[in-house]
Amino acid sequence: MNTQKGRVNRHRTFQTLVPAAPARFIEVYAKLTEYNGAGPASICGRGCSFFGEPLGRPFGGGQRTTRHMNIAKKPLWTEASAAPGTIGKSVIDCIGNTPLLRLERVGPNYPNVEFYGKAEWFNPGGSVKDRPALEMIREAESSGQLKPGQTILDATSGNTGIAYAMIAAALGYRVKLCLPASASEERKKILKAFGAELVFTPGDEGSDGAILRAREIIAAEPGKYFYPDQYGNPGNWRAHYKTTANEIWEQTAGRITHFIAGLGTSGTFVGVTRRLKELNPAIRCISLQPDASFHGLEGWKHMATAIVPGIYDAKLADANLEVGTEEAYRLVKRAAREEGLLLSPSAAAALEGCFQVAASLGPDERAVIVTIFPDSGTKYLSERFWDEV
Amino acid sequence: MAVKVLIPTPLRQFTGKQSSIECNAATVAEALGSLTGTFSELRKHLFTEDGKIRSFVNVYLNDEDIRFLDKENTRTKDGDTISIVPSIAGGSRRAGK
Repeated sequence: MNTQKGRVNRHRTFQTLVPAAPARFIEVYAKLTEYNGAGPASICGRGCSFFGEPLGRPFGGGQRTTRHMNIAKKPLWTEASAAPGTIGKSVIDCIGNTPLLRLERVGPNYPNVEFYGKAEWFNPGGSVKDRPALEMIREAESSGQLKPGQTILDATSGNTGIAYAMIAAALGYRVKLCLPASASEERKKILKAFGAELVFTPGDEGSDGAILRAREIIAAEPGKYFYPDQYGNPGNWRAHYKTTANEIWEQTAGRITHFIAGLGTSGTFVGVTRRLKELNPAIRCISLQPDASFHGLEGWKHMATAIVPGIYDAKLADANLEVGTEEAYRLVKRAAREEGLLLSPSAAAALEGCFQVAASLGPDERAVIVTIFPDSGTKYLSERFWDEV
Repeated sequence: MAVKVLIPTPLRQFTGKQSSIECNAATVAEALGSLTGTFSELRKHLFTEDGKIRSFVNVYLNDEDIRFLDKENTRTKDGDTISIVPSIAGGSRRAGK
């Protein structure tokens, strides 16, 4: 019976065994288990210690372990080691430094080409938009455009709205978003969860109706709001110039030969391209657009027929390619099943653009192609393409 | 049956900038067929090569998504309005009601 009890206890977590253990102790304990790749039983089975003090016998029972560790005798907390703000990260600190994913299975036709995608869904708001939203807010704070007590107001029902709502909550600002009533319930719920105030505009007026409503609200009470305007705000592309581009450069150890990204506000492509061209002018930067004005690639713009964003610089791209909606949908399914990557349609469209570039290379030409995956497929699971394409 | 078909902004370049088209149709399929018969450029934007409505194109009869009615075979009556809405605005008109 005792043996049975001991075996069960070996699989308990440390917090279960020592519920009152100080946070610092638990953190170091977690590192020990991480480095050793082992749980509590095996560490302590080797005669473990903590700051030079024996921790006692291998874990076999909660009470006995607590007594032997006798942690109360050794002061683990000091003013210097546990000053507020020195441990952990704020949610704002977690924006950026996203992983660069290596795609290993979906591009077998191009053995000389390496494909990489920045997995922007690792940002805390779930998309690449955390970067420009934070930069625009920080720049506005520095310039005095955004002051304590003001409300951030914009027209968006997409990832930018979620980024504003999350960052505003974390920084203590209120946020008000104008969005078409036709926006999905799921997105409305995410925005509401972060405490955003939502102003609904008629669904048949689309995003234009939401933009006009936002402008009306600001005109009525101009001092009350900060309007970031991601389409015309240079902070949008500067976020990528300062962060995304340098991350790509470092994560590829400067080996990147091609950068490829879809155009929406154009902030990602403009900012990353400007910085990469400074680091190595030989890097080819290729922008992507939907192949028609009527398309299903959320976040992308067909520049020939859409209102062109103020921050867009058409001279930057070495080439511009087009991607079809259905090609992207098919690749969403392939990437999920062959790479274990749940991409959004726009992320899959970016990858499709990478394949187009790879196909245009000479047979012996080597390339390191990097693109941006703006978000994951989790917000698109109810789309019909999963069953129809 | 006289029905009105609302044209989304990105497709108005193919309808001579008209935002709505009136036609006679007994079903949604007939209305869309009439529309693409008059404005042939619209066909490839609304339908796949095998004639199905593209998967990002949502069609509503008045405020109801035809997927929840009788799909393309949904019957129309005088004065009905058919809307064509791409799903990329983040959802459906139904959800917004």
